[in-house]
Formats: sequence, structure tokens, C-alpha cells
Amino acid sequence: MSVLVNKNSKVIVQGFTGSEGTFHAGQMIEYGTNVVGGVTPGKGGTTHLDRPVFNTVADAVEKAGADTSIIFVPPAFAADAIMEAAAAGIKVIVCITEGIPVNDMVKAKEYIKGTGARLIGPNCPGVITAGEAKVGIMPGFVFKKGKIGIVSKSGTLTYEAADQIAKAGLGVTTAIGIGGDPIIGTTTKEAVELLMNDPETEGIVMIGEIGGSLEAIAARWIKENGTKPVVGFIAGETAPAGRTMGHAGAIVGGADDTAQAKKRIMRECGIHVVDSPAQIGAKMAEVLSVKA
Amino acid sequence: MECFFFDLFIVHLRHKIFIKMNLHEYQGKSILNSFGVATQRGIVVDKAEDAVAAAKKLTEETGTGWYVVKAQIHAGGRGKGQVEETGSNGVVLAKGIDHVEEKVKGILGGHLVTAQTNGKGKKVNKVLIAEDVYYPGASQPSEFYMSVLLDREKGRNIIMYSTEGGMDIEHVAETTPHLIFKEEIDPRVGLQAFQSRKIAFNLGLSGEAFKQMTKFVTALYAAYEGCDASMFEINPVLKTSDDKIIAVDAKVTLDDNALFRHKDYAEMRDKTEEDPMDVEASEAGLNYVKLDGNVACMVNGAGLAMATMDIIKLSGGNPANFLDVGGTADAERVQKAFGLILKDPNVKAILINIFGGIVRCDRVAQGVVDAYKAMGNIPVPIIVRLQGTNAEEAKKLIDESGLNVHSAVLLQEAADKVKEVLA
Repeated sequence: MSVLVNKNSKVIVQGFTGSEGTFHAGQMIEYGTNVVGGVTPGKGGTTHLDRPVFNTVADAVEKAGADTSIIFVPPAFAADAIMEAAAAGIKVIVCITEGIPVNDMVKAKEYIKGTGARLIGPNCPGVITAGEAKVGIMPGFVFKKGKIGIVSKSGTLTYEAADQIAKAGLGVTTAIGIGGDPIIGTTTKEAVELLMNDPETEGIVMIGEIGGSLEAIAARWIKENGTKPVVGFIAGETAPAGRTMGHAGAIVGGADDTAQAKKRIMRECGIHVVDSPAQIGAKMAEVLSVKA
Repeated sequence: MECFFFDLFIVHLRHKIFIKMNLHEYQGKSILNSFGVATQRGIVVDKAEDAVAAAKKLTEETGTGWYVVKAQIHAGGRGKGQVEETGSNGVVLAKGIDHVEEKVKGILGGHLVTAQTNGKGKKVNKVLIAEDVYYPGASQPSEFYMSVLLDREKGRNIIMYSTEGGMDIEHVAETTPHLIFKEEIDPRVGLQAFQSRKIAFNLGLSGEAFKQMTKFVTALYAAYEGCDASMFEINPVLKTSDDKIIAVDAKVTLDDNALFRHKDYAEMRDKTEEDPMDVEASEAGLNYVKLDGNVACMVNGAGLAMATMDIIKLSGGNPANFLDVGGTADAERVQKAFGLILKDPNVKAILINIFGGIVRCDRVAQGVVDAYKAMGNIPVPIIVRLQGTNAEEAKKLIDESGLNVHSAVLLQEAADKVKEVLA
């Protein structure tokens, strides 16, 4: 067991022949991910990295049995790529692209509702199930196989956490980078729920940052439904307020926005919150040893 | 065609936070007008001697006898704000053409200090000479509040509005939250007619004013989608004494990510309104925010950058900046980043924290070494923590360079070294 992706996932790369797509598809293949092909409109019928290129995602599903997609398409076309994947019946869509117009994402998120597809990202490092499949841009060797699930808004902070978890002798089941954009396909709570239901996962690291209310919502869900210990960190205690938010935005965001407020809510909900990002691994080891 | 674009573009990976572009009131109004949203009309001038001619032209177009002179800066609270040099408010009324030039001189070229600026205020390079819209007539004018923005939790745009216009909406939210209404827009079908009617009813309108409000709301939402805005704030929306509905002020913020389809809007960017160091950073492809602390940092990834700032604080220092060098931290970029943080005289130490994923640590290390050598002597201690892809090669590069840098592998070691050099 694991969540979202595993060794049986049949992965295609949208934006396969571009420079980012090529580089990261190569890395994914090297990791052992079952990459069955890629999509670049107009290059269908050719091969790239010894794998078939298709014109459409529908072709890739039909001819290569693809069920998982990773998107490296430029921002102007990325929302379209997400919708194409969902329409073709892809089950797990991981969108790496950064800088997608917000209104494009509003529409894409609405479009994929009811298609049965799960979107991870955009603007995320992707998903990795240690030792089985890397559908993302993370350095694979950092994610040693083990029993801890990771959910994070931040890419490099995910690597940091995985590294600490490995050094604490624990290792990772699946790490999910949910992305830092204002609109993302899978929320913190949804990602935590997936890991709570995964029998191989014994503890969860939940990493958030200032802005929005995803962590507070996840924390409240954990309080009601949690069955495994959760170690939490929120980046941005020292970040200045009001750099990106206007007046009206501050009202809708509510009072759960600051690192302090989020950490307080998480502690109230029984999450083991660390103030220092250097203590994530040590805290998890401590929490698990007390439990055992 | 599409294929061409796929090869042409490179996906930029996580090297900037969600950034938005602010516009001046007069620019925002011109965008609104282009979508059929009625606004208070005005003419912008940047020289006091042009003011009277502008006012005359405005009278020919609108028949106005009085004029509102409005400072154009990127900050709210202009009406109550004061121009440092003259004591004038940022928005003033000229009761006749003879007073226009004098009122303009009280604002233009001065520094306007408002509740939203710092103590030095913002230099006013342009003023808008606008028609007086509070003229007497058959009914009393009334003011409303309206904004359009994204509700992050729902992933949908909402129209937020209130009968309490013309005042600080945060104050309304605190004291009379029941007077703030929200209307959620379904992205599949857009704003519907019944929603516009609901808004107009909730604002207590009837007759011609009701009809005009539904038109206003419809046009406003079309403008929001059409120009790829990330926020509209219209405060006040005015019902005039003859039942017109117009935007008297307009705070328009555009989605930076969508500027590729709006080249004309991209040209509206007023860099004089932005911090020069921010401009320099963004031109170098760096995401930089200056802070007041004593330990500078250079990090890849926004989340890790914030976490590094937090660790500086926990180690007894204060972060001097936020700096995300992004996914392609090559020598040139690292050098530019160095240049930026060394301009800050408060910096007592520099912490470089790179977790190599896409970016290879040895490339960053080479960048650090090259930048160091190019810049000569860097007068403050540098702590370099490189972890991830090619971390060992990177450490070797740094150690063999003979430069005065402390290297660390674990994040906690880096934190301890910060504590050490500050002691």
C-alpha cells in the first residue's frame, strides 16, 4: 500500500519533449517510475527517451493505458493540459507548472470536479512513493523508504523534512507536495486524510506556511478523525504581514492566516508542532518512541 | 503552432511567489471604462501648469463646475492622508476653476503620508482632476462598497459588497459584519442576472438606480474576468442624485501571471511606486523582500526561505531579508543575490541555505565561489549549508576554495553557526 502513486502507476508526461519535461522525465525513469510515454501536440508518433509520444492525452490513455500524468506545460497552456488529462480519464494529475493565471485555475478546478481525477498542485514538487514511483521533481535519493507520510506546500522544505526523517531512522511512505498557489487541486486536509487511511504510514509530517486556512482546516479534521501522530511546522513566523494581500483579501482569509495563529490551532488539535524546521525529524522520532 | 510554444517556453519552477501588479486609480478606471463600467470621469496631469486646461476640458465633457483633485499613488487612505511639504490632504475639492491650480500645487511633487504608507510617504508624480459627482438633485446620493476577489477556500471568485460605502471596510467588518454581503460566482456559467438583482436589492435600491446597479455589477464582473484581475476594490460605488451608478474610486490589482495576454496592461506598471531593490531583484529573476534584521539569507524555494528566516530568529538573530533564488541558481544569479544583500548596511552575517533538488549543489557552490571572488572581500561571515543533489562535491568545492566561509550540512548545524557568529 501507499497513496496516489506506486510501482504500478502508468505515468505520462505532458510537455514531454520540452527541456523541463525531458530532464525530469529522465530523472523519473532513472528512479524506476513506470513512464509509459508522453504527450506533445504535433509530435505524436515519434519517440522520446525511448518512449512513445502522443498528440493527445486520450491517445496515451487508449494506447499506453496511462492512468497518471505529470504536467510540465508552460503556464499559458497548463490549465488546458489539466482539463485535457481529466477529460481523458487520467486518475492522478500532478501539475508542476508555476505561474498559471488564477482565473484559469478557477475554471480548471471546477472542470475536473466529477471527472474522478485528483489534481495535485499546481506549482508543486509532485508526489513520491519511496522506492516505487517518483512523479515529481524532487531529488529521489533523499526519500528513503519507511513509515512516515509527508504533506507540504513547499518543495525544498519537503526535501528537508524527508532528509531529517531518514536521518532519524524512519523513512518515508509517500510525500505529497500540494503546492503553494492560491488554488490547488488537493488540500492539506485531503492529503492528510489519504495518509491517515494508508496502513503503511505510521506518522505524518504536515508542513504549511502563512496565508490561507488549509492547515487550520486540516488540524480540525485531525482532531476529529486522526488515528496517527502528526508533527507540524508552519513557515513564516518572521515573514512581514501584508506583502501580497490587499484589504479585501484579508477579510476573506480570516484570522487563521498568520504562522502563530496556525500553530496555535494545530497545537489545540493535538498536533506536535515544532518551532524550528531543524527539529522535524527528531520530533517525529520522539513522538513515535513515546507511542511505542 | 502549439508545438512551437511548447518548445519555446521553459517552465519556471517555484522561483517567485504569487505576485500581483497594482495600478493607479486613473489606470484602473480606464480599464473599467473599456469594459463598460461607469466611473467618475477625470483627466490625469503631471504638471501643475496643465491643470487648468485639463479642468476646462473636463467641464466641456461633463459640465462639472467643481473639481476633485486626487493624488495618484499606490496606497489607500489618500483623503485623510497629508502631503508632508504643504499639509494638503491627498484628495481635495476645488470649488471652481480658479482654485484648481492652487489645489494641484498643494499635492503634486509632494510626499503623501497615509495610514498605508511609511512615515516618509510616497512621492506624488501625477494627480487626477476629476468631476464632482456629489452634485445636488432629485434624490440623496448614497455610497456603497464593492469588491471582486478570489475566495481561496472555495476556489471561486466572489463579489463582496456593503451598504456601508466610503469607509474602511475592515472597520465595517469589525463593527457591523451583518452589513457585508458575499455573492459567489460559479465559474462554469459566470455571474447570472439573478445575482446582480440580488446585489441591487440588498443595497436597498429601486427604480432607475436598481436597473443601473444591475448593469454596473454585470459590467464589473465582466471586467474582472476580462482583464484577469486578482482584485477589484471600488470604494465608494456611488448612486448619484440623478440615479446613476458609478465607481468613484478604483483599486485594481492585476494577476501578474496573466500579463502575457495583456501586453497593454503590462506597460502600465509604475516602477517608481515599487521599492528599487524589489525592482532590481525581480529584474534579476530573484524573489526578494527587504526586512530590518541583521542576518541576510539566500535560499532556494519560498517555503524553505521562510523557514530559514524563522531559524535565524530562533538562533538569536533577525532576518534581514527574504530571498528565494529559485530553481536555477547559477553563478550569475547567486552573484546578483550577493550584490543585493550586501547593499544592506545592517547585515552582520549571511546564511546560504540550499537544498538541491532540481538545482545541483555544486553549481550553487561554484556560484558562491565565483561571486565571492568577483566581489573581492566580503566583510561579513558567510555560512553555507548545502544539502541534496551533489552536496558532497559542493562541500569540496567550498572547502578547497580557500575562502572564509563556514560550511554546514545539517540545518541545525547551520543554526548553531549563526548563533556562534552573532555571539
